[in-house]
Amino acid sequence: MLRQIESIGARGLEVVESIGRSVVFLYQSLVRVPRPRTSLPLLIQQLYSVGVLSLVIIVVAGFFIGMVLALQGYSILVRFGAEQALGQMVALSIVMELGPVVSGLLFAGRAGSALAAEIGLMKATEQLASMEMIGVDPLHQVIAPRFWAGLISLPLLGMIFSAVGIFGGMLVGVDWLGVDSGSFWSNMQSAVDFHRDVLNGVIKSIAFAVVVTWIAVFQGYDCVPTSEGISRATTNTVVYGSLAILGLDFVLTALMFGDL
Amino acid sequence: MRARNIELAVGIFMLIGVLAFVYLAMRVSGLAMDDGGSGYTLYARFENVGSLKSRSKVTIAGVVVGRVVNVHLDREDFVAVVEMEISAKVDNLTSDTSASIMTAGVLGEQYVALELGAEEDFLQAGDEIEDTLSALVLEELIGKFLFNAK
Repeated sequence: MLRQIESIGARGLEVVESIGRSVVFLYQSLVRVPRPRTSLPLLIQQLYSVGVLSLVIIVVAGFFIGMVLALQGYSILVRFGAEQALGQMVALSIVMELGPVVSGLLFAGRAGSALAAEIGLMKATEQLASMEMIGVDPLHQVIAPRFWAGLISLPLLGMIFSAVGIFGGMLVGVDWLGVDSGSFWSNMQSAVDFHRDVLNGVIKSIAFAVVVTWIAVFQGYDCVPTSEGISRATTNTVVYGSLAILGLDFVLTALMFGDL
Repeated sequence: MRARNIELAVGIFMLIGVLAFVYLAMRVSGLAMDDGGSGYTLYARFENVGSLKSRSKVTIAGVVVGRVVNVHLDREDFVAVVEMEISAKVDNLTSDTSASIMTAGVLGEQYVALELGAEEDFLQAGDEIEDTLSALVLEELIGKFLFNAK
């Protein structure tokens, strides 16, 4: 009995300890004098593998989500004779919610898991340790470029998702279902505010980018260096990342749009 | 060669991202249309503003010339004070301009419609529109109708 309570306490301490470790880890990898000559090529390499390679899944997902939204929205709005409001419905739901959240979830699955697995494998094959042996700090050489790449990529991917989604919605709404193109755009433009909706969507994306990339690189760096440990780290990245995005999304939405 | 391809791909990626942002700003939110800041403020008092709220349109002859910035209650007279920002391009509103609250369509949003008068002098920033017509509240109208029918 006493031992069980003890183990609960130990688990709790472990969780708090790993949170603390992750903060120290982030601080150590990011705070330093920037050296553009050496770190820029590393960053571009990571931007390619984190951002460019995620582009296809983001574009395809955004396109189909926009089309489905227009189709579903139309079938409901047409009952009230308000199909002109389709543009604003599609644009607001994508720009404020679906764009940042779905692109964040896809990013956690596509890029976050790859980051965690890559770093975990580096640790398991003792590449990180050998870097330290030759006097190169793996936090600066391996972790920092990946973190910055994620931080830059996800907001861009989120905006691309939104733009493609609205384009898909327009394709279905205007070209297929026959909503008037003028009222589609003008309703959208009068309903969507640049500061309140578009910029807040981008801010959400940035917040998700920090959280997801942080979780991914920390899980990879902190994993148990065995094949089982790497698979645990990969799974944890996707699970924690997705939950963090959904939870954070509620908090951010309440802060940004709560006074409506 | 391979490194150059990667750089090219990353460059294209960044470019697409920036283009998407410009697209969202210009086409979706219509940022170019209402360049906030470069306008002047007018006030109007209404007995009842209905569901008018900030960001509602202000129109002349159906053309959008400004936005409602703020709606609040005058604590002394208990009337609604509507603060409107009018585009700087429309700086020749006559001082006897009237403002009325209209509804776009049956279920549409409410907006402020300005109608110009015949005075010689113009409204300045911070002035108040004297001649106002309140929002049409459907329940009130039905009430009046029933009362008169008796």
